[in-house]
Amino acid sequence: MAVELIRDKWVNKVNTLKLGSGMEEGGSRSSTLTVGGVSTLPYLFSDGQMPHRPVIAMEILDTKPPDWPKALSEPFNGVLDNPVEWAKKCVNEYKAEVLCLKLQSTHPDFGDASPDKAASTVKAILGAVGVPLIILGSGNDEKDNLVLPKCSEAAKGENCLFGDATQENYKTLTASCLADGHSIIAESPIDINIAKQVNILISDMGFPLEKIAINPTIGALGYGMEYAYSIMERARLAALAGDKMLSMPFICFVGFEAWRAKEAKTPQAEHPEWGPEVERGLMWEVITATSMLLCGADILVMRHPKAISIVNQTIDKLMKK
Amino acid sequence: MLVIGERINGMYKDVGKAIKERDKKVIQDLAKKQVASGASMLDVNVGPAAKDAQEAMKWLVETIQEVVDAGLCLDSTKPAVIEEGLKVVKNKAMVNSSTADKEKLDIFVPMAKQYKARLIGLTLGKSGVPRDRAQRSEYAAAILTSCVEAGFNLEELYIDPIVLPVNVAQPQSLEALEALREFRFLYNPPPKTVVGLSNVSQGTENRSLINRTFLIMAQAQGLDAAIVDPMDKELMDAMITAELLLNKNIYCDSYLDAYKKK
Repeated sequence: MAVELIRDKWVNKVNTLKLGSGMEEGGSRSSTLTVGGVSTLPYLFSDGQMPHRPVIAMEILDTKPPDWPKALSEPFNGVLDNPVEWAKKCVNEYKAEVLCLKLQSTHPDFGDASPDKAASTVKAILGAVGVPLIILGSGNDEKDNLVLPKCSEAAKGENCLFGDATQENYKTLTASCLADGHSIIAESPIDINIAKQVNILISDMGFPLEKIAINPTIGALGYGMEYAYSIMERARLAALAGDKMLSMPFICFVGFEAWRAKEAKTPQAEHPEWGPEVERGLMWEVITATSMLLCGADILVMRHPKAISIVNQTIDKLMKK
Repeated sequence: MLVIGERINGMYKDVGKAIKERDKKVIQDLAKKQVASGASMLDVNVGPAAKDAQEAMKWLVETIQEVVDAGLCLDSTKPAVIEEGLKVVKNKAMVNSSTADKEKLDIFVPMAKQYKARLIGLTLGKSGVPRDRAQRSEYAAAILTSCVEAGFNLEELYIDPIVLPVNVAQPQSLEALEALREFRFLYNPPPKTVVGLSNVSQGTENRSLINRTFLIMAQAQGLDAAIVDPMDKELMDAMITAELLLNKNIYCDSYLDAYKKK
């Protein structure tokens, strides 16, 4: 007897979010991307549509990364202390479709670079590459509130995705993004209630819900990945059932989380039985990324070019109907 | 919860007068206020006094549609009055209502089907109001049977267990609540349910409190829709909070605002 599959019927879909603005929209991007718009749980094409493929943004820093293991920094040898060259390498050599620039050097503990310096880096990268840009502060609220408005202004009209807005610190960034036509990342600490709350707070300032991406905060494989998975799954189920305050695409910082794991970065010399660290770190990033895809990630921010290439192939396979 | 605003009813003095004088502003203000307060459909009842009931229904529907996009719940015992409204409704319509009498069902079920409207089925028979939960289920079964036979989409059917004033028929509140639960065993998938809420507090001193307490209890029994006064803020807040506690919406500190932004 044939088994009849039960299909879910959803009443709502995830918002579509555009990254970057081309010439005709007042920006200067030579390519733009759209994510989101899904009306089904991930890759269940019989239940609904996934009009846009998840995308991978390559992460770059505006200063030499202090803590990247050799296996990770090797593909970027020679450009790690030059964000513009680094950006060009990602786009030209590794075919990055989006870049995620973290303004690490502005952090008081990592060089305390000035807001003007950060803004000029943003301008230089926008001038050097044509892909859309995600721009992150250093995570120091006080400094970010000085740095990000300058960078937002410098990138006015380019429709960048700026982050992160949090429950405690969202007003300055929201106002800047609103004024300069950017999208915003709303961050919550693996907490669906706060995820919803931050979106409400941001939208209360008149910011359009369609220009918000949710950063649910994830954990890497072995570091709470399943918590993130279940939060994302629950948020997506609520979105599809009609919750407009959770109907945003997800952005997941996979590279940052995966390469913090000791299994990813510990050299083979310290743990010979663990095998070569280059494969370990790479696979840690791949497995974390793939898991996030399966619970609905729309934008993955990743680091290792090889890992990105593998995950891109996985996305191709998943998107085959 | 499908919230149906009850205020555009000729039984209210202001509405009755506005219908008589064809004063659009009163009606349109009530329509806008109810939608802004969270109603997704509006009940439209020309009231008992309207002499030109059909004409009045058409006028009300057109007047409301000039200012809001809400669905309209056409409320009359007369098929011709409801049909007059159905002809001009642009958004989702709801037929309010048929009793469980075969003669009534034979008129209203095909009518709702023809206009792709929702239908409220009252668990009322020829003998009047149902005496207990068992009789309510009996009437509900008759309504379901009629709808299934007519090929009516059961997703569009809402069964009303008949809520009676607590000061007149006190045991009936519990009977109606229990009936809401029992209806769920009558069919698979379970039929949807609706109540005309304000009747429970008719003639009492604490109307708002009794209304919202009953609504919450009915929600816990699985109620799907209610005809209420959405401008009663405490009622709406209680309803939203009950939905939260029933795990229908995800909590956040601003959950009341979040619901309203839906």
